[in-house]
Amino acid sequence: MSGAAPAAPHVEAAGITQIYPARAGQGAIHALGPLDLTLPRGAFFAVVGPSGCGKSTLLEILAGLTRPTAGTVRFEGKAVVGEVPDGVGVVFQEDASFPWLTVADNVAFGLRRQGVDPAEIRRRVDYAIGFMGLRDFAQAFPAQLSGGMRQRVCIARTLVLQPRLILLDEPFGALDQQTRLLMGDEVLRLWRETGATVLLITHALDEAAMLADQVGVMSARPGRFIDLVDTFWPRERDSRIVADPGFGAITARLWSHLRGESLKALGVTAA
Amino acid sequence: MSRAGWLRLLVVSGAVLLLDLACRTGIITPLTMIPPSAMAAALLALIGAGRFTADIVKTLGNVTLACALAVVVGFSFGVLIHAMRRVRRALEPLLASYYAVPFFVFYPLLIVLFGLNDLPIVAIGFLFAVVAMVISTMNGLDRIPPVLLKVGRAHRLGPLRSALLIKLPAAAPYLFTGVKLAVAYAFIGVIAAEFILSGGGIGYAIAYAYNNFDNRTMYALMLLILAVVMAVNLVLHGWEQRLYRRRGGR
Repeated sequence: MSGAAPAAPHVEAAGITQIYPARAGQGAIHALGPLDLTLPRGAFFAVVGPSGCGKSTLLEILAGLTRPTAGTVRFEGKAVVGEVPDGVGVVFQEDASFPWLTVADNVAFGLRRQGVDPAEIRRRVDYAIGFMGLRDFAQAFPAQLSGGMRQRVCIARTLVLQPRLILLDEPFGALDQQTRLLMGDEVLRLWRETGATVLLITHALDEAAMLADQVGVMSARPGRFIDLVDTFWPRERDSRIVADPGFGAITARLWSHLRGESLKALGVTAA
Repeated sequence: MSRAGWLRLLVVSGAVLLLDLACRTGIITPLTMIPPSAMAAALLALIGAGRFTADIVKTLGNVTLACALAVVVGFSFGVLIHAMRRVRRALEPLLASYYAVPFFVFYPLLIVLFGLNDLPIVAIGFLFAVVAMVISTMNGLDRIPPVLLKVGRAHRLGPLRSALLIKLPAAAPYLFTGVKLAVAYAFIGVIAAEFILSGGGIGYAIAYAYNNFDNRTMYALMLLILAVVMAVNLVLHGWEQRLYRRRGGR
């Protein structure tokens, strides 16, 4: 595909399959796919699916952290092979802040190793810290912050690099419901202001329904998309849309697919 | 200081006072033990006279050398063994049972190997300390949260940068424990070795004083060793506390 095509997808995955080879006492595990995914530039795509369906594997393959058994991933027209491409930022589910660095040093981590000019680093770190509401904690260590704030540090550390594709792997999984809704607002703001393409892995249907333009519903293992649900939310939106009647319809549709798949994942036959 | 800290201080000073009293009232005869206050006075006099300066320097030099070697070699081997899973599986039981070997019995062999000089002493201090450092290093590397390594890859760090910028600081508290153990073990190894195979050093001086019924010197030197080890540990402990406070207790 030539780079001149104006409507070239930002992210394009084709035939992604992940099979873990057999080990002692265990046969081969077909974890994922084959699965196709195309994201236009600036899209907000969420992935929901039962536990163990390969959501995180999918994210790691898209990020270039894991090589798929089969299939290809292209980011901005270039193949992703065994390395996270420039312009891709990843936020993980677990607390990934560096406990030995202050908030400001955590956020500056990526910029420092790119050899960015110190004044520029300070400017961008200041902005990212302010954007994530961490201004009063710039000199604090992660141990002094709450779980939600530490996750904001990790988002700021990614945001500061101005990624064009942001991959979020259940970043709010460990947070309470209220904090999650508010963090959702911040992700929406981040998405609007940076114009980045966002892919969010989540197990929370409401989170997916509230944040994304489109939600991909995955089947139980091996994970494949069984439905793509468009939300048709306006670009300017926030967590208050949970009160919209359409919101209930979307989560209901997501759950109608997921109920059976989740039962399958639990080893129960759908009733 | 915390309440528990004050209480601890009270218990220790009370015990010392009691011992002093027992010695001075003759419950404990001077042939067995001299009063702690007399030990301290003897130690001050002894340091002032400079009679054992050479021995002190020799011992501290040997401990430093044994400890430094143990930390460097132990760390390197820890990293190496950690990287080779099969080798590790083979070696792990050996490392775990290492301290069951009373390797002082090898001192004749060490003398044959290194000669009658300080090397066998340093070797025993080193052998005593090195495995603690190996184990702590592997332990530290084991406990690096995998997600931090993924962050490194997401930032496109190469193996060397990942090691320096993520693995080393992430494992630092465990490495620190290794260093602390190495210091303690190096002291034990060197001083014990000086007792049996040396013509100098504090360990030798204590043994010499003991053999000559010179209780004042013997106890003064014992107190010296305690004071030095305690001072070193206090410094390391303070440093460690600062490290932990930052990280919220590891």
